[in-house]
Amino acid sequence: MSAVERLIPPQPAPPASAFRWTRMQIFGASMLGLWIVGGIALVLWLIDAWDIDKVTTYGPKFIAGLGTTLTLVGISISLGALLSVPIAFGRMSSNKVVSSLAYGYVYFFRGTPLIAQLFLIYYGFGSFREELEAVGLWGFFRDAWNCALFAFTLNTAAYQAEILRGAIESVSRGQHEGAAALGLTKFQTFRLIIMPQAMIVALRPYGNEIILMIKGSAIVAIVTVFDLMGETRRAYSRTFDFQTYIWAAVLYLIVVEALRNIWHVLEQRLTRHLKR
Amino acid sequence: METTVSLGEQLYALVSLLDPFCGPVGFLNLLPESSLLSCGDTGWGDEVARGFFVTLTLSLCTLPIGLMIGLFLSLAQQSKVRSLKIAANIYTTIFRGLPELLTIFMIYFGLQIAVREVALALGYERGFDINSFVAGTVALSLVFSAYASEVLSSAFKAIPKGQYEAGNALGLHSGKTMRLIILPQLVRIALPGLGNLWMILLKDTALISVIGLGDTLRWSGVAAKVTKEAFFFYGIACLLYLSLAMVSSIAFSKIETRVRRSGVSQ
Repeated sequence: MSAVERLIPPQPAPPASAFRWTRMQIFGASMLGLWIVGGIALVLWLIDAWDIDKVTTYGPKFIAGLGTTLTLVGISISLGALLSVPIAFGRMSSNKVVSSLAYGYVYFFRGTPLIAQLFLIYYGFGSFREELEAVGLWGFFRDAWNCALFAFTLNTAAYQAEILRGAIESVSRGQHEGAAALGLTKFQTFRLIIMPQAMIVALRPYGNEIILMIKGSAIVAIVTVFDLMGETRRAYSRTFDFQTYIWAAVLYLIVVEALRNIWHVLEQRLTRHLKR
Repeated sequence: METTVSLGEQLYALVSLLDPFCGPVGFLNLLPESSLLSCGDTGWGDEVARGFFVTLTLSLCTLPIGLMIGLFLSLAQQSKVRSLKIAANIYTTIFRGLPELLTIFMIYFGLQIAVREVALALGYERGFDINSFVAGTVALSLVFSAYASEVLSSAFKAIPKGQYEAGNALGLHSGKTMRLIILPQLVRIALPGLGNLWMILLKDTALISVIGLGDTLRWSGVAAKVTKEAFFFYGIACLLYLSLAMVSSIAFSKIETRVRRSGVSQ
């Protein structure tokens, strides 16, 4: 007794189901359409508002402002990196006084707005003019650029100290013990075993911190430093033309996105031995 | 009309009764009349306290709006629909890439121009002024939602696929699965990240003082200009922000322990 009388001949694959416009598809397409229409409208408006006089007057100033922003961020990030090392080690110290001092520093600079810190230094240090003159530092703190650099360095040092501490503490105890078993000194252990592993962990937060500083540095425009934001405000106050803000936004977006992508490539390259 | 006014007044009276700075139980009343921070016309305590409440109100207004938009953005980023994903990614790229200060200026001036154009098109000659509080709430919500969507998206990724499948197996439709199964777990995973964003939001509100909102920093600045005691008043502003951060971190650690209570210990 056989159940199958007749074999079904081979069939072609069923046809692909036709594309159906679900509600979500329509919604997504309309949202994307909104962005595209908005983008085209913006470009058309920029072409319409193109004024060669304004471009030749303010264009070079915008580029110079961008240079100011990048210089300010570059210097404060580097100085902050130097300053963050003692703070991070202070945080990890077993000495109660040292660790609580470092903790207080980090807590203050991470818990208050950068703009309030900048005002505290730029306007507030004016209250101590005589004392500062006596030490010969008044010339330094009278200048808005120096105050901004000082405030940013202190601020980023606090953030970088936390990044560094987190990265160093993320290296497992076994690594220390292994190095000790090999007879390496403490300094050798730190330089050859701990640091290379910690830096890979710290890579991404460091990139984020640089981007945060580039964005945060816009506030120096308020204390009369002419960075990209400052030049934008000056150009807007003279022309009342909203396209000044659009150009500033485009420049900031280019810088941030470029940095983000460079950092991504760097990270892929440096962590390729960890890929499985 | 009358009832709403009296209700508002009652609410205001209740709030000022609990005001920890210059209310009936306020600690600033303990200061002598001549001190810089005393309440009333001689000192600046009540002005700075008013600014402090504006800061707090602004953050509390921004939080729900930003969270709501952020949740929708992260759902869009999860979605299988390509166009929706791309649209959400354009949004987050723009608002995470722009400096907060630039976003605030663009919203403040841009909204003003847009409202003027619309009003002219509708035949109104008189211009409208955009309230700096409204502009600040809008700008901060945009920034907050862009960051919140990233936090929520990574929390979504941490929830295993089996949870959705279990929801399907129980016969729940997708909305119910989301509400009853996914969201409660999502909150637990996303809470530390959202706590960080709240701290960042509290600090970002200080930027709104630049477009003229009378918040903590603005009133401290006014007091500093008038009294020439800049270091003192900006120091007070910093301490107020610090106290907000401290209270929030305590509150968040309380909430986290409470939320984790029902979780499976891992």
